[in-house]
Amino acid sequence: MNKQIKGPLVHIVKRGNMPWYGAWGIRALAIVLALVACALVTTVTTGENPIQVYAAMIDGAFGTARKTWITFQNMSVLLCISLAVTPAFRMRFWNIGAEGQTLAGCLATAACMILLADKVPGWFMICTMILASIAAGAVWGLIPAIFKAKWNTNETLFTLMMNYVATQLVAYFVILWEVPKGAGKIGIINQSSELGWLPQLFGSKYLLSIVVVAIVTVLMYLYLNYTKHGYEIAVVGESERTARYVGIKVEKVIIRTMALSGAVCGLAGLLLVGGINHTVTTSIVGGRGFTAVMVSWLAKFDPIIMIFTSLLLVFLERGASEISTDFGLNQSFSDIITGIILFFIIGCEFFINYKISFRKAAGKED
Amino acid sequence: MFDLVSFIPRAVMQGIPLLLGCTGETLTEKSGNLNLGLPGVMYVGGISGVIGSFLYEQSLTSPEAINGFLAVSIPLACCLLGSLLMGLLYCFLTVTLRANQNVTGLAMTTFGVGFGNFFGGSLIKLTDSEVPSIALSATSAYFSRSLPFADSLGWFGQIFLCYGFLAYVAIVIAFICAYVLKRTRVGLQLRAVGENPNTADAAGINVNRYKYVATCVGCMIAGLGGLYYVMDYACGVWSNDAFGDRGWLALALVIFTIWKPNVAVFASILFGGLYILYLFIPTGMNLAVKELYKMLPYVVTIIVLVISSMRNKRENQPPASLGLAYFREER
Repeated sequence: MNKQIKGPLVHIVKRGNMPWYGAWGIRALAIVLALVACALVTTVTTGENPIQVYAAMIDGAFGTARKTWITFQNMSVLLCISLAVTPAFRMRFWNIGAEGQTLAGCLATAACMILLADKVPGWFMICTMILASIAAGAVWGLIPAIFKAKWNTNETLFTLMMNYVATQLVAYFVILWEVPKGAGKIGIINQSSELGWLPQLFGSKYLLSIVVVAIVTVLMYLYLNYTKHGYEIAVVGESERTARYVGIKVEKVIIRTMALSGAVCGLAGLLLVGGINHTVTTSIVGGRGFTAVMVSWLAKFDPIIMIFTSLLLVFLERGASEISTDFGLNQSFSDIITGIILFFIIGCEFFINYKISFRKAAGKED
Repeated sequence: MFDLVSFIPRAVMQGIPLLLGCTGETLTEKSGNLNLGLPGVMYVGGISGVIGSFLYEQSLTSPEAINGFLAVSIPLACCLLGSLLMGLLYCFLTVTLRANQNVTGLAMTTFGVGFGNFFGGSLIKLTDSEVPSIALSATSAYFSRSLPFADSLGWFGQIFLCYGFLAYVAIVIAFICAYVLKRTRVGLQLRAVGENPNTADAAGINVNRYKYVATCVGCMIAGLGGLYYVMDYACGVWSNDAFGDRGWLALALVIFTIWKPNVAVFASILFGGLYILYLFIPTGMNLAVKELYKMLPYVVTIIVLVISSMRNKRENQPPASLGLAYFREER
């Protein structure tokens, strides 16, 4: 018979496009597999029944009304930061500096609350807080953007470094404003007068940030999908050369988008300091700037899907911290579980984008 | 008065973990993989070594029965294995499954730091042992043992000879890496993979193999940085989050050294110095200013990044395909 040269055992082909139910089916399967893997890890380390562990997780996130509110509040902050990084990601500008941009917003808010206390009326202070936090975030986003636009400086590394500059800046001001002197922390700002605290909506201290972020989500969705700016961002992301060819000023788009990205981060900082914590520390953002990158990416940069991915990640974090207290484990257990689930979801994207055909199957086609 | 003789050894000891992390990451980035999981890898490297030596010390009947060779080689092997597994995971996701490198890296950092803090915090409980904290002083003594005649040589000994063996290993590794990258065929091919995988593939270089090997070896070197920190710098005491943001600083150092491990030997000591400069600057009671000094390494890195992009010299640029997954059939 004819001697046939054997092809490689597996052959990987890029898929054209998969129907949405197929893609989400694969992702759901990946999450199920990830939960099984996490259950195994939990059982091995704790010796507990995995079903009980998951029950404890659900209890930790949604067990009582208060826990549910906190879950949604955390989710709103994470979602806000995720929304902020999304426009930048859509144009393939890898902004991993959301942590620093949010911190800048936090710092500006706290600065207004501390420096303007007893000098101006409350409503005026809140207005300055809003403006200052958004401006601070925008500036922190603008710096890397300008260098990227002008000299093509690597934005991933630049924004990463800006995080630590922001952290140290906060550390500086924390010591400058510490109460009492030598405590090394600021404590609750304006505790008695509640000056500069964002107002409560309908008597619930959790609702404000949720409502604000809901509005931001809708606006961001409209901005990205139905405006000229959103279209320009998409074109720059697809191909910078095409964008230049059709007459889009790429530099302008980069700078404008990063200013927006930073501004929304600044808003998240405002919510954190003015609405939720009423204080500022170096760890107030708590790695959300990095988690937001994953939230945004998992949702394929779609603001509506981000609602679910941010809920998933906050659920994991709150649930896993419940497990750790229930079973006397270290708090960091939640990071391990989050990590494992992320690995599965990251890995499953491959099966959505590519098709594997084995040699046998390929032979039949001929 | 600025005490240089006590400043330099401390700067070096701060610099060694950064140097190892930086050398490892440089190797990784030269293959076109931007491993943002470096902080996680260093945590895992550190804690793996701790777990290994903790179990070994616990298995001994008496502290005197410790065997010097085993006390060093067990943590070393565990550390290398732990960080190798992290490297394989990263490669599997980004090279084989072509996942986004930034997201994978950040997930690895979350996982790795969590892994380190979890086992660091729960190791005693999980093994049901009766010690109050993880203090591996016996093992640490082997790691930080310096040359016996270092003390008798005055300032010379204090500056050059007072470190544990891993510090010298780190410097040797950095020089070897620099040599391999710059002067050997393997290094040339590795750089080709990082610059333009399409061309490298066309020239018959196995792109995936280079990416795998470079990233895994890089992760193992970086993991040693975590081990050095715990065993030598921290005297065998693991405390959660003590390693801090050194992983990110190592990433900064890669840019600062414009992807050259031989430069990293000196730059890491400079960074280590900047990192602890605030302890030596006489600021009096003004603690706040010290926080600003801690900003220096990052600011310096940004300046280098900006200047190198402004001058736009070809040999000082990041590898051209850094951060991009390679798929042969893509245009």
